[in-house]
Amino acid sequence: MNRKARGDSIAAVQRAALAPYTVWAVVFIVVPLFFIAYYAFTDDSFRFTTANIVRFFTTTSEVVTEKGIPREVRTYLLIFARSLKLAVISTILCLLLGYPFAYLISRAGARAQKTMITLVMVPMWMNFLIRTYAWMTLLQDTGLINSFLGMLHLPALHMIGTEGAVVVGMVYDYLPYMILPIYSVMAKMDEKLIEAAHDLGCSSSGVLRRVVVPLSMPGVVSGITMVLVPSISTFYISQKLGNGKFYLIGDAIESQYTANNLHFAAAIAFIFMIVLLAAMALMRKLTGRRVYEGGM
Amino acid sequence: MQKIIELKNLTKSFDGEVVLDHINLDIYDHEFLTLLGPSGCGKTTILRLIGGFETADEGDVIFLGERINDVPPHKRQVNTVFQKYALFPHLNVYENVAFPLREKKVPKSEIDARVKEMLQLVTLTGFEKRNVTRLSGGQQQRVAIARALISHPRVLLLDEPLSALDLKLRKDMQTELKRIQQATGITFVFVTHDQEEALSMSDTIVVISGGRIQQIGTPIDIYNEPVNAFVADFIGESNIVDGIMLSDCHVRMAGHTFDCLDAGFDQNEPVDVVIRPEDVDIVPPEKGMLRGVVTGVTFMGVHYEIIVDIAGFKWMIQTTDFVDVDEHIGIRLEPDAIHIMKKSEFSGMFGDYSSFSNELDELSNAESEGEE
Repeated sequence: MNRKARGDSIAAVQRAALAPYTVWAVVFIVVPLFFIAYYAFTDDSFRFTTANIVRFFTTTSEVVTEKGIPREVRTYLLIFARSLKLAVISTILCLLLGYPFAYLISRAGARAQKTMITLVMVPMWMNFLIRTYAWMTLLQDTGLINSFLGMLHLPALHMIGTEGAVVVGMVYDYLPYMILPIYSVMAKMDEKLIEAAHDLGCSSSGVLRRVVVPLSMPGVVSGITMVLVPSISTFYISQKLGNGKFYLIGDAIESQYTANNLHFAAAIAFIFMIVLLAAMALMRKLTGRRVYEGGM
Repeated sequence: MQKIIELKNLTKSFDGEVVLDHINLDIYDHEFLTLLGPSGCGKTTILRLIGGFETADEGDVIFLGERINDVPPHKRQVNTVFQKYALFPHLNVYENVAFPLREKKVPKSEIDARVKEMLQLVTLTGFEKRNVTRLSGGQQQRVAIARALISHPRVLLLDEPLSALDLKLRKDMQTELKRIQQATGITFVFVTHDQEEALSMSDTIVVISGGRIQQIGTPIDIYNEPVNAFVADFIGESNIVDGIMLSDCHVRMAGHTFDCLDAGFDQNEPVDVVIRPEDVDIVPPEKGMLRGVVTGVTFMGVHYEIIVDIAGFKWMIQTTDFVDVDEHIGIRLEPDAIHIMKKSEFSGMFGDYSSFSNELDELSNAESEGEE
């Protein structure tokens, strides 16, 4: 067999091996996305309409500000802004906690690395609902933390139902998604690069700043993506740890679905998806060149 | 000449295995010193101790009279060119070379001037904006050298820097490195397992085996006066024959008494006799001091390499005259072709070409290259 024919047959085998995944992706990713778009732009009798999209931007409701003054707000834009705020805070906290931790793991001995990675992943083996309930029992006014504070004769803290509690739940749930991609980039980093930086006059902090951080940027970008996307669309945590006071975009979609407003739910999901895709494209554009191409 | 680095009784073990066994070595300013030895002999560990990447179990590293055992790498006036260059993939050529200066907060105009000067030194002018990951091996090598030299270290450590290059490029870079060393006057400590490289580039060669220094000397000394069978075999090709020193300048081997130039041995002391393959004269059998049968001939380009069976011992001889397999030949040895060595732990381990084959040699070389 000549080289070209062999190359072709390898390509054919590769295509065949990919076929099941392609089918899976089409059936479970592409088709549902198509349905979301279809529902978003149709009414109950499946006629084309933009009413659902318009409704997202125009629905208003009255809220009472902290000073007791009633104010008219655009409901879904407010919910969206709130989701974004909590997600960004959680993502920043995950990054601040996860980055140093990933660095420590990657610097540890081979055996310690394995143990630490397992410890990071163990919580992920438990059901997400159970983990959230566990945080409820910890944070409640009569929960474990407050019982403990009481034993020490310290004043009780009101935690459940605050933004802080929601953020804690989100950080706890999504932290592994920040640690793992950063760790995997750092673990693959050539030890010799770190030695070279030392050799060329960098102290430990210089090595971190000038070599480790820039080279770990691909891990940071994927970590941010993997935390930001699910945390912006989260819904259950806000209901349980926020006592339903912090209605998020995920909660909105869920309640529209359960109320059988499939078309409006799809419209929210569709707008949300477009915003996320745009944000990710922007992030890739901003970080991509510097991270992957080199040159400053 | 001034001693720039002194290694005193350096000992180092990894997981209970002794890698360096009481190394004592003086390195002089401005010299090109090569640490030569097979894979796993400890030569890279010596380099890492000088660079500050390892700490010795015992012994001291002295730099210009000062003990620097506990000085971290970034505070030593020593820079390293790593085996696979270790260029920073996120920085371009300019920024890689400027890296040490940026750390020292050198003014921008001076950085510009010094980077330019360094790139000129390594003949990479015009490559400033290039991505280092897209350079050829030889170009990456030059960037690594420029980066290591820009902060004017007193000593440059080079860890098998040419092993990843192909033969032609390796030859060019040998000349290039020698030129850079002479132009800058910086002391080079060069690690290699390639004896030809060591012979052609060095002022001083340090032959290392099993974590111990076997011999220190100029390339000519090391080649002509090896101290033991290991050095004789590792540097070039050698026939190493058992002999008896009858008296000063008279050695008996293979049933014949030869005149030689060596003296100072006990009477009738058993010795190792080294004869380099190119120093053997082939003559008709009746005129030979020794007689043998040719068992193999390999054409090497410049010369033929023939294997001759002399009284059961296989010699390697390099000759420009053609002889055929199974031919009977005689050989003559001039007194200066014979080098006598004291018996050592390596006696009997090297210098017999009974199992010699070029192919085997290449295979074992290829294997050992990946190890260090």
